[in-house]
Amino acid sequence: MPILETRSLNKWFGGLHVTGGVDFALETGEMHCLIGPNGAGKSTFFRLILGEHLPTSGQILYNSHDITLAKSYERIRRGISVKFQVPGIFKALSVGQNIQIALQHHVAPAELDHEIDLLLSFLNLKPAARQLAGNLSHGQKQWLEIGMAVGLKPKLLLLDEPTAGMTPDETFATGEMLQALNREGVTVLAVEHDMAFVRQIAHRVTVLHLGKIFAQGTIDEIVANEQVAAIYLGEAHAQ
Amino acid sequence: MALLSRITSILTLLEGPQTLGRGRRFWSGFALVVAAASAYPLFADGYDVGNNVYFFNWTFMALGLCLIWGYGGSLSFGQTAFFGIAGYAYGVLTINLGDAYGLTLFALVAAVLISAVCAAILGYFLFFGRISGVFLGIVTLSVTLVMERFISQTAGPEWHIGTARLNGFNGMGAMPSLTIPWPGGPIVLFPDVALYYVTLVLLILVYLGLRMLVNSRFGNVIVAIRENPQRAEMLGYDVRKYQLGTFIIGSSLAGLSGVLYTSWGNYITPASMGMTAASLPIVWVAVGGRSDLTTTLFGSFLVLIGFQALTIYGSQYALVVMGALLVLTVLVAPSGIVASAVLLVSKRWMRKKPQSGEVS
Repeated sequence: MPILETRSLNKWFGGLHVTGGVDFALETGEMHCLIGPNGAGKSTFFRLILGEHLPTSGQILYNSHDITLAKSYERIRRGISVKFQVPGIFKALSVGQNIQIALQHHVAPAELDHEIDLLLSFLNLKPAARQLAGNLSHGQKQWLEIGMAVGLKPKLLLLDEPTAGMTPDETFATGEMLQALNREGVTVLAVEHDMAFVRQIAHRVTVLHLGKIFAQGTIDEIVANEQVAAIYLGEAHAQ
Repeated sequence: MALLSRITSILTLLEGPQTLGRGRRFWSGFALVVAAASAYPLFADGYDVGNNVYFFNWTFMALGLCLIWGYGGSLSFGQTAFFGIAGYAYGVLTINLGDAYGLTLFALVAAVLISAVCAAILGYFLFFGRISGVFLGIVTLSVTLVMERFISQTAGPEWHIGTARLNGFNGMGAMPSLTIPWPGGPIVLFPDVALYYVTLVLLILVYLGLRMLVNSRFGNVIVAIRENPQRAEMLGYDVRKYQLGTFIIGSSLAGLSGVLYTSWGNYITPASMGMTAASLPIVWVAVGGRSDLTTTLFGSFLVLIGFQALTIYGSQYALVVMGALLVLTVLVAPSGIVASAVLLVSKRWMRKKPQSGEVS
């Protein structure tokens, strides 16, 4: 059963048709990557799922519930969580507080401190717990943001370029962490440019092009698809 | 036991990452300041003591603005609107009801509640309409100016509520002072020593209460919203409700200031909602350091006392100095002059101890 489904999802910005009738189904428990050249409509698609934009027409279903018009925070409370490309952390708060804000509405007060500790150790951020989040290194900020997204105990985790700015080692470690989460039952949908990373984690890949689904399949099928290579991989390999 | 541990867990909120000052050193200082403030009437003339309650009256409005602006990140330029609403409400209620049976205390509560309801209505349209940033300031300023204009033209005898005449730009007067019913005869809180202590206790309670509020889960979320509203929403918080809650609490504190001021002087005028009045709280809070309750409180006191002294010796120049002070703050110490001084001193202090990088 799909955890997330969009039915002929359309979004117009004035005269610009950014999302063009997308029918997309994300199976529960799958790790799915969304790729496509710049301007393909990946970010808009994410924002539609998150409720930051409302679609011009079409439907979004989450666990068979219609969430097309639900507020963003309602979608999050249903079990969707997101990690943005630019770390969206609270810079003037301490690292521990950042995590606390992610945990406090679903963890009992008595267990809160313990849970914060656990998550900080998992992220290797325990020594920095009392530092201001704004003083962390770029990599640490990424981990903190991942920690906040994961701290919500989501059923569906959305990641917008999770490995942007990471070293190959960090990218690989991120992939392993996501696979560990996936084994615990978290469904993952990631926008990603790094093909090595996509190969590492994705069960299935969807290629968006000009706001429409252009191709879908395993990474090998996508790589073998000449039309995809023409619009996307060709450019990527040429870089 | 459960109750006891609950009380301790609430009291631990007095200290936290959202407030400057923790540990024995800070609370000893706090006790000293409270002791000095309590001892002051013993060494001063009752008339002066009563006059100086004036400074306390305004600090509630400053603390309210600190919560809305410093912690919540929404600049309300309209604190004086709620000050005026509550002040006039207190006047109308007490003139009609009289001062027997503790009715003035009822009027105090009712007037603050009226300002809270008005803040809820205005705040609903602002925050649920996703108005933020400079537009929030413009709308709230407009509201207070409209209120001032409206009350200013109510000089005619047809403008009355019950027996209370609004009196337009002349201002409304002759309302009774706050009166506490007492077995040996009611205690009337004229500007004197008794009023001083009541207001001081109220100020301490509000200050400590706000410290607990900003260090609570609610406080964490409002600061998170100030830092990054999108991320806060994407962690499952209804940002608008938190902003509205903050706005109502902060505006009610302005209302409390309005009631205390009106009762203190038995007088309120529309000018208390005008342009000058509306901009002064911003100066107090900005100069002190808007992102902390303690620096706001100290800053407000210093600026109020300085302003008073300047008004006596330099009349209209006082306002020019206030403006210059605000500009200076923005240019030299954007986080507030008192706050910057505290940070400077504590950094020196930290350098002596071998620990760095921690949140002080």
